[in-house]
Amino acid sequence: MSTASESTATKRQAPAGERVADWADGRLGIYSLAKANMRKIFPDHWSFMLGEVALYSFIIIILTGVYLTLFFHPSMNEVEYHGSYVPMQGVRVSEAFASTLDISFDVRGGLLVRQIHHWAALIFLGAMFVHMMRVFFTGAFRKPREINWLFGFLLFVLGMFTGFTGYSLPDDLLSGTGVRFMEGAVLSVPIVGTYLSMFLFGGEFPGHDFVARFFSVHVLLLPGIMLGLLVAHLILVFYHKHTQFAGPGRTNKNVVGMPLLPVYMAKAGGFFFLVFGVISVISATFTVNPIWVLGPYRPDQVSTNAQPDWYMGFSEGLIRIMPGWEIHLWDHTLVLGVFVPLMVFPLVLAAIAVYPFIESWVTGDKREHHIADRPRNAPTRTAFGAAWIAWYTVMLVGGGNDLVATHFDLSINSITWFVRIAFFVMPVVVFFITRRICLGLQRRDKEKVLHGRESGIIKRLPHGEFIEVHEQLSQEQLHTLTAHDQHKPYEVGPETDENGVQRKVGRGQKLRARLSKGYYGEQAQIPKPSAEEYQEITSSHGHH
Amino acid sequence: MSETGSHENVSDEKLPSAQENGHGAVATANDPFADPGLPPHEPRIQDIDEQAAKRSERVVAMLFTVSMLATLGFIASFVTVPVDKYVHIWPIGNIGALNFALGMTLGVALFCIGAGAVHWARTLMSDHEMVDERHPVAAEQETRAKVMEDFQEGAKESALGRRPLIRKTMFGALALLPLSGVVLLRDLGPLPEDKLEHTLWAKGKLLVNENTHEPLRPEDISVGSLTFAMPEGLEEDDEEFQKEIAKAALMLVRLEPEDIKDKRELDWSHEGIVAYSKICTHVGCPVSLYEQQTHHVLCPCHQSTFDLSDGARVIFGPAGHALPQLKISVNNDGFLEAQGDFEEPVGPAYWERRA
Repeated sequence: MSTASESTATKRQAPAGERVADWADGRLGIYSLAKANMRKIFPDHWSFMLGEVALYSFIIIILTGVYLTLFFHPSMNEVEYHGSYVPMQGVRVSEAFASTLDISFDVRGGLLVRQIHHWAALIFLGAMFVHMMRVFFTGAFRKPREINWLFGFLLFVLGMFTGFTGYSLPDDLLSGTGVRFMEGAVLSVPIVGTYLSMFLFGGEFPGHDFVARFFSVHVLLLPGIMLGLLVAHLILVFYHKHTQFAGPGRTNKNVVGMPLLPVYMAKAGGFFFLVFGVISVISATFTVNPIWVLGPYRPDQVSTNAQPDWYMGFSEGLIRIMPGWEIHLWDHTLVLGVFVPLMVFPLVLAAIAVYPFIESWVTGDKREHHIADRPRNAPTRTAFGAAWIAWYTVMLVGGGNDLVATHFDLSINSITWFVRIAFFVMPVVVFFITRRICLGLQRRDKEKVLHGRESGIIKRLPHGEFIEVHEQLSQEQLHTLTAHDQHKPYEVGPETDENGVQRKVGRGQKLRARLSKGYYGEQAQIPKPSAEEYQEITSSHGHH
Repeated sequence: MSETGSHENVSDEKLPSAQENGHGAVATANDPFADPGLPPHEPRIQDIDEQAAKRSERVVAMLFTVSMLATLGFIASFVTVPVDKYVHIWPIGNIGALNFALGMTLGVALFCIGAGAVHWARTLMSDHEMVDERHPVAAEQETRAKVMEDFQEGAKESALGRRPLIRKTMFGALALLPLSGVVLLRDLGPLPEDKLEHTLWAKGKLLVNENTHEPLRPEDISVGSLTFAMPEGLEEDDEEFQKEIAKAALMLVRLEPEDIKDKRELDWSHEGIVAYSKICTHVGCPVSLYEQQTHHVLCPCHQSTFDLSDGARVIFGPAGHALPQLKISVNNDGFLEAQGDFEEPVGPAYWERRA
């Protein structure tokens, strides 16, 4: 038949790749997907790769984690160790500990994969942290990206707990101490604390169950949720299109950059290998979590300098600096000394999660924002972010107070007292210092726009005076330095309407007006140079 | 200074309108801050010099080749380097040879693929900036109205609003169902009851040295030393050893009886030997750093500090109450023995704990 031979003829002409693509399109509709995304434009800036580091380390963690499950025995059954690590011969350890020793000493490459897994986890959390800071300080969390901010925040928090349950699995002395700390914290919960602890550990601490239970949480429950959130996070990045910094030709309604195929395929794909390669080299040269040095967990033994992994350090700080308050009432104990830190822990994190919603309420801004702010142009936001980081850092110092004491030869008591006071004072101080710095930078930008750039050329005038020649900025630079938004503070309006009748003004509105003034009042931003100012200066005394 | 620059990829009529919402600065002819549009593309050396482009190509190909060699090196190391061989590598020190060889070869194999791809993208792929338009996320009014209408219609057809009996029973059923899941969790562990209040210590139990496993005599404990003890009968291969030692761990120190400031502490001691729970009352770490001059013990986890000459009261740090003391004496054979269990729960405080 002619029709059949015709179609076979076209099939024979088309290359194999095209035929496969046609086949898939007929079933999956991939062409419309590719049409929208294959040549999608991504803007370029070094800070945009921080999130990529997080993504790639997550993939590396999954790959190495699957390998580790092939050799790890998530069991607390006691066995006598008879592997090739001599100092531990004949010691009674849990199967979890013994199999981790086997991975480290008997499986070829096992130690490398273990180290890559742990290093990648440390880098994953670190990358998420700085990625969040990038998004925060450039205001990239604003509409329409608030939900993606929350997805990212959840990934960070779940990442913390996945890390904690992960490093608890080998059942070594250090991680066991961490688990004991968690049990103590759970016990402090009023009314249900002892019940929670019994249910978590299958009886009294440490019991025989927690390694197996943490294992399924660590390899299945949390990573499963995280994978879902990660996919949603990336879909939204594609859907919203990436933010970009202001510049010539870059507006709120376009995105300027390079296409996904081929430039970002190569750059981002290549970057995965770069991240993986660097982590491999680190794992080859720096030992992380040497459980063979620490030994198996026993509840009556401990090592000094016990520290959690870095991302749990701030909670360690909270628990160390809190005074040991206990309230005794009617034969019951309210363990404030532990319960307060346990409650402050989520609050520290929540403060950063809810920030986008607070800011959008204060500004009353309903527009979409795709131009990333320079941190200096949002002084109050930048100051809040810096204050939060200072707060977090203070807690980290508190969590490592013993290390600070031994390394710098200081009194542990004075460090603890310093941290107790700094917990309240430091964020406030950092807030005001940061805002001043931002305003100073805004002033300098304004100066540059109006008077040009210092050229470094000194000119001697006929009457002997020396002046420095200022060079006019280019149109591109002028535009870039003046492209940012400046909000006006929200105002409640007059107290009486046009007929002199008292208007009803809610307390929420008044609070909002006050906050808005704090955000965008005269003390919190330097007015942008106006076109008139610029023209007056450039026409009246020209270049000087 | 070029006034306009190049507008390639951006049609002129789009620029002013795109400005309005974006920045607040309206581009007019005499606006000095107007958007000049995308700057012209500046060619790279590889764009104009085929020799340079060839060099780039060779660099990329070399990186990919190095990667291949490194992978072969990885396989060779896996096969040839023994797993228990150690080497000295400056400045790291002694490390496992296999781990180092595998990690470095894998690292190089991966890194070179990445470096090659990035170099390729940066020097040889087109670097013309391109522009995509953005579209508002929110739907058009028309679409919104259609969705609302559809929803109203569907809701009406379901009759959920009109038939409260169905609505209420359905919500009731859905709200109750998850209880099954909660109930299933009940057997995760036993109820607390009084489990946290008792330890293995009882009247007449000997104090056994944790290291030598020998019963302790008063003369075994010298002034200034810290001795760890556990109750007689507890063996390390017991099924419940970990659970029991987590509560029963004991530390012994000998003080000069006249140094003991607390009367009850003196009464419960024997010849200046005092026995305290080793488990910190903060979150349960073993307290183990003893300073003999001051008779203070410090918990290495969170630095709670207790004064052993004064009822082990808290003198610094986050612990909320003193370490529990165990009343001890000597039996007829001259061995130290307990006079009973701790009178209060050991370890971290909790809700049901009586003060």
